[in-house]
Amino acid sequence: MLTGFIALYIFMLAAFTGYEIIGRVPSILHTPLMSGSNFVHGIVVVGALFALLNATTVTEQVIGFLGVLLGAGNAAGGYVVTERMLQMFKSSK
Amino acid sequence: MNPSLIIDASFLAAAFLFIYGLKRMSSPVTAASGIRVAGLGMVIAVVASFLYVFNVNEAAKPHLVVNAVLGAVALAIGLGWAWVSGKKVEMTAMPQMVALYNGMGGGAAAAIGAVELFRPDAEHTLVPLVVTIIGSLIGAISLSGSVIAWAKLDGRVNGTWRFTGLQAMNGTFFVATLALGLYIAFAAHGHAPVWMTAAFFVLALIFGVLMTMPIGGADMPVVISLYNAFTGLAVGFEGFVLQNPALMIAGMVVGSAGTLLTLLMAKAMNRSVSNVIFSNFGAVAGEEQGEIKGSMKPIDAGDAGINMRYASKVIIAPGYGLAVAQAQHKLYEFVKLCQDAGVDVKFAIHPVAGRMPGHMNVLLAEAGVPYDIIYDMEDINGEFKEADVAIVIGANDTVNPAARTNKSSPIYGMPILNVDQAKQVYVVKRGQGKGYSGVENELFFADNANMVYGDAQKVLVQMIQAVKSLDGGGH
Repeated sequence: MLTGFIALYIFMLAAFTGYEIIGRVPSILHTPLMSGSNFVHGIVVVGALFALLNATTVTEQVIGFLGVLLGAGNAAGGYVVTERMLQMFKSSK
Repeated sequence: MNPSLIIDASFLAAAFLFIYGLKRMSSPVTAASGIRVAGLGMVIAVVASFLYVFNVNEAAKPHLVVNAVLGAVALAIGLGWAWVSGKKVEMTAMPQMVALYNGMGGGAAAAIGAVELFRPDAEHTLVPLVVTIIGSLIGAISLSGSVIAWAKLDGRVNGTWRFTGLQAMNGTFFVATLALGLYIAFAAHGHAPVWMTAAFFVLALIFGVLMTMPIGGADMPVVISLYNAFTGLAVGFEGFVLQNPALMIAGMVVGSAGTLLTLLMAKAMNRSVSNVIFSNFGAVAGEEQGEIKGSMKPIDAGDAGINMRYASKVIIAPGYGLAVAQAQHKLYEFVKLCQDAGVDVKFAIHPVAGRMPGHMNVLLAEAGVPYDIIYDMEDINGEFKEADVAIVIGANDTVNPAARTNKSSPIYGMPILNVDQAKQVYVVKRGQGKGYSGVENELFFADNANMVYGDAQKVLVQMIQAVKSLDGGGH
């Protein structure tokens, strides 16, 4: 069980990690990185799946279904778009 | 083997791969492999999450088959639609697509919160409940706000809402939404009537719309980046509610990275984030316009092309108009003709050329323009005075000298490309309209500037033909 303080530690360290990753990045990579980080929060689909699998009422099922649908779109779309952008950097090098 | 052990191990692996992938994405050399690393993490996490079927709540067990089928169907539809749309979308339309996918993530985070709040038998404790509500609020704002950003960039919604009291109205709206959320948490302990919980989500969605509508198109990239950070935060918060460290880590890494990225983008435009969100950019334009001397002088595209062919140094300042006209390939064809004739050609990229920082570099890379002739603004601004010709294609505000001199101009202080210092300036433009900021551009009236009117694609074709006929004519 993640207690409040453990959660705060995780949040704090993750926030520093994100900050350190993006600092000192050339501006040509801002768009691909935004798209890449957009892909990473597509992990939300996993949480939505968990919520849906534990649904007991129709309301929960409908909302859970929507959540998984949206989350899957976030993950898949984020990946394809980022991949396409970065592919261009590779080919012209 | 214990399914939850496999799930936990997979999430740990996913969290590592996300961070490592992002790290690789932050350098041009390793960027392309970075997304694959992160993608592998996502596949591992999603596949492992199906093991959840082995440890669902007792109450949900009778519904398990239906729920699992629903999950698989939703996953297939979402994945299939996004995969196809992501493959199809034009490079120029990339920013709004990112906005749309981002909004979907925010919606998913809000949905997790909603399931939690609508669960009749849920036993809420205060801290997770407050976190659920805050996460839902941020996620819902990100969803509707991103959809508006997408619609605006895609040209589906035009104009910006601006009237006195708008900020006050939005502020009131936000406070009301937040108050309702806190009421659900503190007074109703998460068991508010269904209509009240639903109203909370509706209000949050409306606020996202209200917050985004007054923001002008030029500021949209900053806003999309901000909503990207919002979604990250929302995902992190809902991850805490679900006791899922992978969501917490991925969400918070993106929340912080996205915030920093937003600040960097705003800085590149010489504006603060609060200025982007709360000020009426462009609203004052036209009121305090100084007298602009001179007139716009048109020139034939072919003549301009030939002049560049015989110049010794040409600098190109491309903007969104180039991308819209899909003219980057033709442009490079013309550049190669000039290079063959011994002209030194360079590209000057403003930090916000295109629609986002780095967007123009992506578009030029798509056309096969080599890196070594593409320069960032700081690196090339000193060279304009040595250039025989500076050609501006589909850019406007990023080359407006008023940003340097005219204190009353809304774009005053924004760093610009010094194209006006070149001996000759050509401006390729569709018409006489103003830029995104709505400011008149005094560059177009300058003595050393000539206008080449027309669609960038057609203009470049004419330039190519003119130069080719010259060389073919036996010189």
